[in-house]
Amino acid sequence: MDALLDQFFNVTIMTQAWPMLLRGLAMTALICLIVIPLGLLAGIAAALLSLAERRAIRWPAIAFVDFFRAVPPLVLLIFVYSGLPFAGIRPSPLQAVAIAFVLNNAAYYGEIYRAGILSIGKGQFEAARSTGLTAAQTMAHVVLPQAVRNVLPDLISNTVEVVKLTSLASVVSLAELLYQADMARSVTYNASPIVAAAGLYLVILWPLVRLVSRMERRIAA
Amino acid sequence: MGPFERFLDTFFNETVMAKYLPAIIGGMGVTLQLAVLVVVSGIVLGLLLACLRAYRIKALNIAIVAFSDVFRALPPLVIILIAYFGLPNVGLSLSAFVVIWLVLGLTLGAFAEEIFWAGILSIHKGQWEAARSTGLTFTQTLLSVVLPQAVRLTVPPLTNRAIAITKSTALGMVIGLPDILGEATTAQSFSGNASPLMMAAIAYIVLFLPLVVFSRWLETRFKWRQA
Amino acid sequence: MTDSPLATAAARSGGSAPHATPILQLIALHKSFGTVDVLKGIDLKVTPGEMVFLIGPSGSGKSTLLRCCNRLEEPTSGAVVVEGVDITGPKVDLNKARRRIGMVFQSFNLYPHKTALGNVALALIKVSGLSRRAAREKAMAALSDVGLADKAENYPAQLSGGQQQRVAIARALALEPKVMLFDEPTSALDPELVGDVLDVMRKVREAGMTMLVVSHEMRFAAEAADRVIFMDGGVIVEEGSPQEIFRAPKEARTQTFLSRVSH
Ligand SMILES: Nc1ncnc2c1ncn2[C@@H]1O[C@H](COP(=O)(O)OP(=O)(O)OP(=O)(O)O)[C@@H](O)[C@H]1O
Ligand SMILES: [Mg+2]
Repeated sequence: MDALLDQFFNVTIMTQAWPMLLRGLAMTALICLIVIPLGLLAGIAAALLSLAERRAIRWPAIAFVDFFRAVPPLVLLIFVYSGLPFAGIRPSPLQAVAIAFVLNNAAYYGEIYRAGILSIGKGQFEAARSTGLTAAQTMAHVVLPQAVRNVLPDLISNTVEVVKLTSLASVVSLAELLYQADMARSVTYNASPIVAAAGLYLVILWPLVRLVSRMERRIAA
Repeated sequence: MGPFERFLDTFFNETVMAKYLPAIIGGMGVTLQLAVLVVVSGIVLGLLLACLRAYRIKALNIAIVAFSDVFRALPPLVIILIAYFGLPNVGLSLSAFVVIWLVLGLTLGAFAEEIFWAGILSIHKGQWEAARSTGLTFTQTLLSVVLPQAVRLTVPPLTNRAIAITKSTALGMVIGLPDILGEATTAQSFSGNASPLMMAAIAYIVLFLPLVVFSRWLETRFKWRQA
Repeated sequence: MTDSPLATAAARSGGSAPHATPILQLIALHKSFGTVDVLKGIDLKVTPGEMVFLIGPSGSGKSTLLRCCNRLEEPTSGAVVVEGVDITGPKVDLNKARRRIGMVFQSFNLYPHKTALGNVALALIKVSGLSRRAAREKAMAALSDVGLADKAENYPAQLSGGQQQRVAIARALALEPKVMLFDEPTSALDPELVGDVLDVMRKVREAGMTMLVVSHEMRFAAEAADRVIFMDGGVIVEEGSPQEIFRAPKEARTQTFLSRVSH
């Protein structure tokens, strides 16, 4: 029991690692601030293109989305970070993370928007077009706002996944939360710093996870 | 060498690919095995927990919700590192394979529990009442009347989640698992060439693209969510 | 060959005296939801083979009364006695008791993932413990009783509302209950489908089944009921034969209610 406490909940080690963890947390936040807005925007593009009337647009868009849903984000990240340099392109860790995760989440957010748009009845399009709105105006002012509201739990849920995804950046030595915690672990030979990092992830993400559960229950009822 | 030849030489180098093909195929075996184990154990666990939750035993439900919340909120890599590097120090050494299986199985179990539970809640109260009025017990009603209907609704979200989580077996590379990505990164550092990474990407496409396309088909079939 | 549930009911009811001991009795039944008293002391006896109609304004507690009879709602106090046994008692096997009390719902509540036959057979297998084959035969017989033998393999979504409700009646009937509860069985139906369901209920009644029915089908009540009970505000206001209640109601509240629904 004592061994367990000492190995996972060693307060002294946690306190020592704390400043490192906070610096890591700042980097995690920075990654989120880049990936989430860009992913949300790129996702709208992916959704609109994959719903296009013209096949020449629709099929490549669907292929793009399915490709990134099939490839693990870590594979993508390592490919960008250590594959591209062979071709003479040298992204920094942060750039690699941003490229890989935005691509990955354009696909995931895109699928969610697409489901949302499909959930809006044809009558909404027809009503809006009958008042003289253009197709783009209809999408922007009538369909998308309703679509987003319908899939809000899924959008939040995927955003939770993005925050969790940032932990992968540690693999390319980007000094985010998990990287810092793992550094502290390897110098102290003690898992407590990672447990502390887990605590930080929980503090941030647990309320969101609860929120999504509640929202989904309300839709189900 | 022109730019196109250089591109081919870097990402589709025949010699390198031929040399490491057996390793990548071996890695596919590991990934596939893990994927099956994770999906089966995760879904069984989730179904079991959701059923237990239906009995509304307070203490048990708090435990189930806490488990499900924690495993949905924590990045799997965090739990993997704690399990792989922390547990040996308290006398429990697990192989990379077992760690990945356990962590991802529990993670999928947590998500599956929420999905099944939402499905159970979505079944109309009248179904419970009709079954109970004919003398079926709570358990019989749950198993014969409610679950068969609930499970249908959960197929599309569960498929998506299962694909996303089995893809995470790639995280095994971080703790030295010889799966597709593990073999590919090793091969890349030995060969000094990016072709093994390209092979890894192709291997994942081969394994997972059919599933992604299948999930797309499921969604049109089952409708995304009941209006 | 399995006897049809209706034939069995008819054989059982043959010769029962009109004033036999009640098959279902409610004694000082109270039910409240939180602070709202919905049933304020109901006393009611239903004798074997009797068809009792329960009428009253919306919110008067009719559904609640019916649902207390098989404890889908838990009575706050009072007793529900079925064949001499108080099923609100602590040691009662509720599931066994429920088999003897059939219930038909306004919204049918058929199991959408099972065929008509599967709907009827489920409780026969799980509760009565019949083999699959015996359950199938018995379910077929019950479906024949309601005139739907040819729809046995159809799923609820492939049936009209009236057909669905008849399957629901067969589901209850197949368990050979001692008493059947109907909560507005025709309210969710298109007018032209009501007649089929009423015909089946008439047939069930002729076979001697004891029935407690909540319904707004006053013409049917006048023709088929043995007794009509008017409820309002959680109490029984007045009861009597259909003639007494519909032709010459004594209470002012009954008169007002009947004048409202009669046009
Ligand atoms: N589960 C419940 N929780 C709280 N109040 C309830 C509940 N069920 C019924 N009630 C209340 O009890 C009262 C009686 O309801 P009940 O359904 O028995 O009426 P009813 O006579 O069947 O009416 P209707 O003809 O509209 O079906 C109503 O005021 C209703 O709001
Ligand atoms: Mg009612």
